[in-house]
Amino acid sequence: MKLIKIDNEGWEKGLEKLNGSYRMFGPFENQDSHAFKQFGQGESPDMSLKNTHLSAKSVVYPQSQVMFEYTTDETKDDHHIMKEVATDEKPAAVFGIRPCDAASFLLVQRNFDSPEYKDPYWVKPYEASTFVGLACDDPDSTCFCTSAGGGPYSDNGLDLLLSQEEGGFTCQVITEKGEALAKSAGWDTAAEGADFEGKKQAAEKKISVKLDSSKLKDQKTTELFSAEFWDDVAFSCLNCGTCTFSCPTCWCFDIQDENQGTDGKRMRNWDSCMYPLFTLEGSGHNPRPSKVQRVRQRFMHKLKYYVDKYEAGIQCVGCGRCIRLCPVNIDIRTVCDKMNYYQSA
Amino acid sequence: MQNPYLPYPVRIDEIVTETEDRMLKTFKLVFLNPEDEEKFAYKAGQFAELSITGKGEVPIGIASSPTEKGFIKFTVNKTGLVTGFMHDMKVGDVMGVRGPLGNWYPWETLEGKNVVIVGGGFAFSTLRASIVYMLANRDKFKEINVIYGARAPELLLYKDELAEWEAAGDVKMHITVDGTDDPDWKYNVGFVPTIAEKFAPPADPDTYAIVCGPPAMIRFTQPVLDKLGYDHNNIINSLEKRMKCGIGICGRCNIGEKFVCKDGPVFTLDQLNNMPAE
Repeated sequence: MKLIKIDNEGWEKGLEKLNGSYRMFGPFENQDSHAFKQFGQGESPDMSLKNTHLSAKSVVYPQSQVMFEYTTDETKDDHHIMKEVATDEKPAAVFGIRPCDAASFLLVQRNFDSPEYKDPYWVKPYEASTFVGLACDDPDSTCFCTSAGGGPYSDNGLDLLLSQEEGGFTCQVITEKGEALAKSAGWDTAAEGADFEGKKQAAEKKISVKLDSSKLKDQKTTELFSAEFWDDVAFSCLNCGTCTFSCPTCWCFDIQDENQGTDGKRMRNWDSCMYPLFTLEGSGHNPRPSKVQRVRQRFMHKLKYYVDKYEAGIQCVGCGRCIRLCPVNIDIRTVCDKMNYYQSA
Repeated sequence: MQNPYLPYPVRIDEIVTETEDRMLKTFKLVFLNPEDEEKFAYKAGQFAELSITGKGEVPIGIASSPTEKGFIKFTVNKTGLVTGFMHDMKVGDVMGVRGPLGNWYPWETLEGKNVVIVGGGFAFSTLRASIVYMLANRDKFKEINVIYGARAPELLLYKDELAEWEAAGDVKMHITVDGTDDPDWKYNVGFVPTIAEKFAPPADPDTYAIVCGPPAMIRFTQPVLDKLGYDHNNIINSLEKRMKCGIGICGRCNIGEKFVCKDGPVFTLDQLNNMPAE
């Protein structure tokens, strides 16, 4: 394992050096929590955060994005024809991302980057990003990354991993991309006597929740679908959509044409399966008219359909945001237990 | 990287109002760039996203057969924002087509077999594609039966072609309407399931049924096919859902782990029986 040492001064200097050649993203204080935002010269992300309120997905996959531009003005040559828009192709550096959020991109990648179709709006920004993670020494009670294929010191989806030390960081160099970034920043002092492994073990021990999801793939889809517990699970849900909004592995979107006179943009906006409009058909028929059907869809997707489709575990990284933010305290860990251990009568 | 969201620009070449209630129009579209037609190589049963600039996109089954060259046809029902606007468009207008999308009727399996098509209302468009395709490759198929019904004679699609196919004699046409007071109506009167029971050939491993129509028709035709002994692997359906991306990425058209836009819209009844009842 290659470990380098970065002291606080070196950190600030490094950020300044990188600012010219990378688009810089990091967590900053935002109301009573933190949020990822792009920052410039002289600014420094707040690395003392627990985790951001919302996931880091907006760094690669913004909430609203222009897909195409067009004009309906028939005096123009290219009227009614969709035109691709220019995007900022400069590489991005994402600092202070927790291992759970970094791993979420690998899960989401399976959706946007498949053998049949590649979504350039997601794939290009992702491939252009270098992720500098921040290991968790003090996991939250709602964290369960170790049950979701990850861990507080996991290197999945990361290029560099920082561990907080007195006066700086110890940094694990994971990929070539990470090495390149560290070199550009001037971070090249080898770490001596750092107990990376020891801190990792200590952090993992602090996560008390152990979730079993191993039986999900052997469950019969149609049986889980018609299980009796869904009414109970969905009872208090408000379909507010907070879970889908804050979740790093939720990716559903809507496409809308927005016009201003004869000019317009075809936009992609985040959408949510929690809303009735999500599946409403032109005839007026809705295959999921009731709340319980929509709640069931979300958990079946996360914990069963994705499991079957990709055979790579659940579509969840254990970040705990939905647990912390759900206004009616629906807990995905409880639902997972119900689904995992379900036996039809 | 090819952008799968970018539509091919097309021009409307012809618009035919199919039904007396004027709710269904068939649009004949021609590619602005001739090389796009080759890129759009499709099979009967597939659909495309019709893109109306400034309004949005709608997933519509391709009504033309790949054996028809120089154009593609779509029969569109006036339902909402995009289709409503499309109905107001004129010949010469420019719009977009994205596709071909989805899977297709299992033509390789159907080769050398008997095919029964059971269609109702305006779900018939991809079935037209299928019939034209089979007629152009007639020797690849054995007996072809078409059971097609609408509420009344004025609401049947492709009326001129129905008569042509019957005259050609290669296809056993069983047209029906729910009811009519036209004394010259020479075809059947009765609901599609009733006519299907009367005319559908008995089930055997070499006979396949392609069933496509409104939910009510499907619900009442299924018992008829079960009674005739059709195996659920020999019954082929085409589904519909609200769609946006059409390429299995935006997440909204799923039934279980399958996307109707990418793993479908064509599914056998056996496959559907193993999917959640949504």
